[in-house]
Amino acid sequence: MSATQEPRTTTTRAAIGALLRKELLLERKVPQVIPAMGLFSITTFVIFHFGLDQRTVEGPLAAGVLSVTLLFAAMLGANRLFVSDKEEGGFDALLLAPVDRTSLFVAKVLSFLAFLVVLEIVMLPAFTVLLLGPGPSVGQFAQVVGMLALADLGIAIIGTLVGALSIQTRARDLILPLIALPLLVPVIICLSQGIAPLLAQEGASTLAGRWPAVLGLYDLIFGLLAFAVFDFLLDD
Amino acid sequence: MPTEAPPAVVLEKLVRRFGERVVLDEVTLSVPSGQTLVVFGPNGAGKSTLLRVLATLLRPHRGVVKLLGEALPDRAWAVRSRVGLLTHESLLYRDLSARENLRFHARLHGATDERVEELLDAVKLRVRAGDPVHTYSRGMVQRAAVCRAVLHDPEILLLDEPLSNLDPAATELVEPLIGRASGRTRIVTSHDPAGGLADGDLALGLRAGRQVLLRAAADVTVADIGELYR
Repeated sequence: MSATQEPRTTTTRAAIGALLRKELLLERKVPQVIPAMGLFSITTFVIFHFGLDQRTVEGPLAAGVLSVTLLFAAMLGANRLFVSDKEEGGFDALLLAPVDRTSLFVAKVLSFLAFLVVLEIVMLPAFTVLLLGPGPSVGQFAQVVGMLALADLGIAIIGTLVGALSIQTRARDLILPLIALPLLVPVIICLSQGIAPLLAQEGASTLAGRWPAVLGLYDLIFGLLAFAVFDFLLDD
Repeated sequence: MPTEAPPAVVLEKLVRRFGERVVLDEVTLSVPSGQTLVVFGPNGAGKSTLLRVLATLLRPHRGVVKLLGEALPDRAWAVRSRVGLLTHESLLYRDLSARENLRFHARLHGATDERVEELLDAVKLRVRAGDPVHTYSRGMVQRAAVCRAVLHDPEILLLDEPLSNLDPAATELVEPLIGRASGRTRIVTSHDPAGGLADGDLALGLRAGRQVLLRAAADVTVADIGELYR
């Protein structure tokens, strides 16, 4: 044993890197989050395809179907976000490490964001094939992807924050959607309102600037808020 | 004139509750640096809670807790890198291999991959180090958990029945890491009166959270410990 006298701390960047690598490694070895979200979204599109009795959708209906499917698929992912840490005692090991606990928050948000991006790589082609009417132009599609990216960040922040809260409770499957869904209503309003004109037949070629601005502001405010309170959520 | 080393662990009237239930009730003790305190008591006596308070995982509700001169919970961040905890749970991810788990913890603690390999060698886990932890026997999981607990070379070890699941050969393997030979200050819970007393310098007896015995281990008999369980 060395005669250590000064506390050692690991830099936040190194801790985030280690935590993020662990999250991605776990998902690669035992895929749970991405397959669940992917299968859910494709199944939902199939159900809408037959349930709406329409071969194609466009405009606000298309935007609503896409936004709501993303939201509910993300809830499935958020529910699994902390399960391996909690069930396998990893939480305690993380709390014992000499790292800033917000590193865990940042790593979880980044990993959830990566899972959502992979989900959308599967989800968007499925949506286009199963439901979307005459396809939007490349420019319109790029703007839809931009809005989805902003929405993903908000969903990842709220999903991580509420996931950390709900994992401490017995009824986590119930608690998470009950808290997260109302918090995510602004994200869904901005996303669906923002992309609806882009998904309309002969729709707008450019996005109304207020929707990405509001989404960005939401991400910033809730990002800072979550960063500030996350430490307390993990405390005894 | 030689000066006496300050105690590694100091508790003064420590109280910890879960809701209305008092789990640790005014526990007071001091463990000199490099010595071993063995904690005895029936199930629910507060042994594991005591370790979790010392590990900074639970806040004390009243009283003074000092580790290596740092008061908890205010200075918890300053002692986390100097304390190692081994509990009934391995704190390892079951779907990762022992090597992946240890490398992950090494990065969090600023330890090296070489240290990981050195420990895997020490507990003879190198051959299976690439297999997922869920494929290990309980003894192998415990050996991997020992590696995790000492990965960062902690000054204080908190050990909750550390030899459970280990056969005699495995016990010998982990002895240099978590045994008396490690030279670390140790707080060890045990249900083995003879083995525990032989391993410790001090003995603490807890019953329903109350401290009912605190003496030098050499002055405590197996019968004294037996009384705690009646």
